[in-house]
Amino acid sequence: MVAQESHEHAAPQGFIRKYVFSLDHKVIGLQYYFLALTAVLVGMFLSLLMRIHVVWPNASLPLLGDIKPETYLSLVTMHGTIMVFFVLTTAPQGGFGNYILPIQIGAPDMAFPVLNMLSFWTTLVAYLVMLAAFFVVGGAPLHGWTGYAPLSALQSAGPGEGLGADLWITSIALFCVASLMGALNFITTTLDMRARGMSMMRMPLTCWSWFITAILGLLAFGVLLSAGILLLLDRNIGTSFFVPLGTVNGQLTGHKGGSPLLWQHLFWFFGHPEVYIAILPGMGVASQVLSTFSRKPIFGYKAMVYAMLSIGLLGFMVWGHHMFMSGMSPYSAFAFSVMTMAIGVPSAIKTFNWLGTLHKGRLRFQAPMLFAIGFVSLFVSGGLSGPFLAQPALDIPLHDTAFVPGHFHLIMGVAAIFGIFAATYYWFPKMFGRMMNERLARIHFFFTLIGTYCVFMPMHYLGLAGQPRRYSQLTELTYLHHLLPLNRFMTYAAVVTIAAQLVFLFNLFWSIFKGVKASDNPWEATTLEWTTATPPPHDNFAGHTPVVYNGPYEYSVPGAPRDYVMQSDPATVTAH
Amino acid sequence: MGLLLLCVIWLITIASTYFFIAKTWWLPAGASASAAAIDHQFAVTFVLMGVIFVAAQMALGYFVWKYRDRASANNASYSHGNLKLEIIWTTLTLILFIGLNLIGGPIWAAERFRPAADEATRVEVTGIQFAWYFRYPGPDGKFATTKPELEDPSAGGEAALGLDPSDPASKDDVVTGIMVVPVGREVEVILRAHDVIHSFFVPSMRFKQDAVPGLAIHVHFTPTETGSYEIACAELCGLGHYKMHGILKVVSQSEFDQWLVAHEAEKQ
Repeated sequence: MVAQESHEHAAPQGFIRKYVFSLDHKVIGLQYYFLALTAVLVGMFLSLLMRIHVVWPNASLPLLGDIKPETYLSLVTMHGTIMVFFVLTTAPQGGFGNYILPIQIGAPDMAFPVLNMLSFWTTLVAYLVMLAAFFVVGGAPLHGWTGYAPLSALQSAGPGEGLGADLWITSIALFCVASLMGALNFITTTLDMRARGMSMMRMPLTCWSWFITAILGLLAFGVLLSAGILLLLDRNIGTSFFVPLGTVNGQLTGHKGGSPLLWQHLFWFFGHPEVYIAILPGMGVASQVLSTFSRKPIFGYKAMVYAMLSIGLLGFMVWGHHMFMSGMSPYSAFAFSVMTMAIGVPSAIKTFNWLGTLHKGRLRFQAPMLFAIGFVSLFVSGGLSGPFLAQPALDIPLHDTAFVPGHFHLIMGVAAIFGIFAATYYWFPKMFGRMMNERLARIHFFFTLIGTYCVFMPMHYLGLAGQPRRYSQLTELTYLHHLLPLNRFMTYAAVVTIAAQLVFLFNLFWSIFKGVKASDNPWEATTLEWTTATPPPHDNFAGHTPVVYNGPYEYSVPGAPRDYVMQSDPATVTAH
Repeated sequence: MGLLLLCVIWLITIASTYFFIAKTWWLPAGASASAAAIDHQFAVTFVLMGVIFVAAQMALGYFVWKYRDRASANNASYSHGNLKLEIIWTTLTLILFIGLNLIGGPIWAAERFRPAADEATRVEVTGIQFAWYFRYPGPDGKFATTKPELEDPSAGGEAALGLDPSDPASKDDVVTGIMVVPVGREVEVILRAHDVIHSFFVPSMRFKQDAVPGLAIHVHFTPTETGSYEIACAELCGLGHYKMHGILKVVSQSEFDQWLVAHEAEKQ
């Protein structure tokens, strides 16, 4: 309980301390959220340019002019990097985790508020350094978000591999540092600062998901940080960690003895857990929302917790499935493949339990619920293409084709984003004291669900037909020509989907100022954030420390006066 | 709203599944010995995953409609789950996923665990930004030494590979811009890259392997149909990645022999 004493700080008065260099986890959470919002707009815009270039490679765009093949690859790199780091990692964990976790466990703030503030500002600097790569000579790097060496290690390997690539690596290294600080804070807060009665097994599944995500972050980002530093050394002071003897354009590179596969091992040792860093919080939110809006306890709470823990554990043993075609030992492919298939089991448990939660519920279709249902659908669709890619024999035709982006966009891209949308609609009333507009939310939901399926399901067909990833145009290989109409359809679908996001943006900002005033518990939910004022006061519970008596999802308890029993209700002490 | 959700989820499911079953966009016709096994494993995986996909999405749509909140709806049931169902479901998925994996294992083993047969046609394939080079060892059966400091891609051919003319084995090495192999005989590919990682991808052969600087990766495949097949690069290798392509010609043994002899003669 030492941490609980030490973190307490008086409410700041000045604007700067209150909204800019704030120590309040709620303000920091919003800062992360709005950082992610700007990042997702950039990332989305880049993807639009990519989709246009693939199908109309000679099109000249207003203001931007022609897109050259190397520009296209810069877009690929920056779209992937910005989305993975500054959106999918930042919004669910840094944003919602920061804002909601302390309130849900009944704590007045995070364990280390200064570290929290530092973590955000480091993330912001990392983001600005990343964006700066666009504006230096040579532009942003073209080596993709995975930055495979030697392409990423040699300045002469292509445009963008000069200062742009250095900025890219520096940004990622800074992001790793920020994430490590955040991870420590989340873990300590969860372990040390829970209110009386909030045993681990009474924590909402959202808290479990943030906690496990933080552990993954702590173990994964350190490895990426080291790899990034080694890459910087290779690029700038002539070491050869990742570069063997070789030439570029007939010129000796001056390196020898390094291993390109070492980069891949280090990168994917981070990269695979990163997938779960992106999706676990979405699973937590989906569970929370499905239970709340089904008016039913979550189906198999313990199974959900153990499933997330095993996904986290197995997530560290499967990185090699990204490398079946890389030249690593074919025998190890066997082991990685079995472990990868094993991850399907906890994932199937989760799906089964979400369906079990809906079964015999009494479903309310408000915006958070729509997105949680969409999450389940996308999780199923994106998840089931996994067992194809997990088999090395099937990776022979499928690896590095459009099948792979189809798979991971559905699951770690769109499903995770649906988690973020569900969280936004769900906690918006608590954060801003107003409701978002339901009608606009429904329009946003249906267009986004159908639109994203129209963009990403066809990628599986393209991959089957052999369309490689990261091709800036399909003109050179004749067997790709017949795929152009389908690619055009995807571009149109992308335009519609992106337009639907404008509806969300309008709804978000309009509702902040003009939305209907929200009550303290508009969804009739049970967890602690709904017991406090809307928006919550500086210390979350206005000097009062909550005591927890019940499990997190006590809905429709027979004999209870209402169809929900709050975690802090002493009246009905249930078994959980 | 429940009905709308049901319709949308079911429609997405039906449309997605339809294009897989109709094979509107599909694997190109296989032309190698391993194509049948790989395609079969794909089909098995597709049927199993397809059934789960349709069942899960249909159930989702149905539950959403069936249990929607309305005046006549029953109260939600107060249940924390069902351990027995959970165990059954977990065991089933474990058997399914691991079983599927084990079925596919031998295919992978056949592709990658055993070395190429002794009588295989040997071709060294080298990826250099942004072209594929093919080298045949000639009658002596030996690939001559290559040296990085001699590599000159602007000169093309042997010079691009940095072939060392002082090595006697270099006299009969043939370097070409297209890959020609005889039908019905195993091809041993020795994959190299000079600059960055490339990936040698021949969709019709169901064949793919990264070419990594510093490594010589030995892999093999057996073409079973004569014809001309496109080779793509499947690993991002720089600005010309999309146009790094080549041609694989599968011809009869006699045509292959003639072709090779002609190239030998050209060289002398």
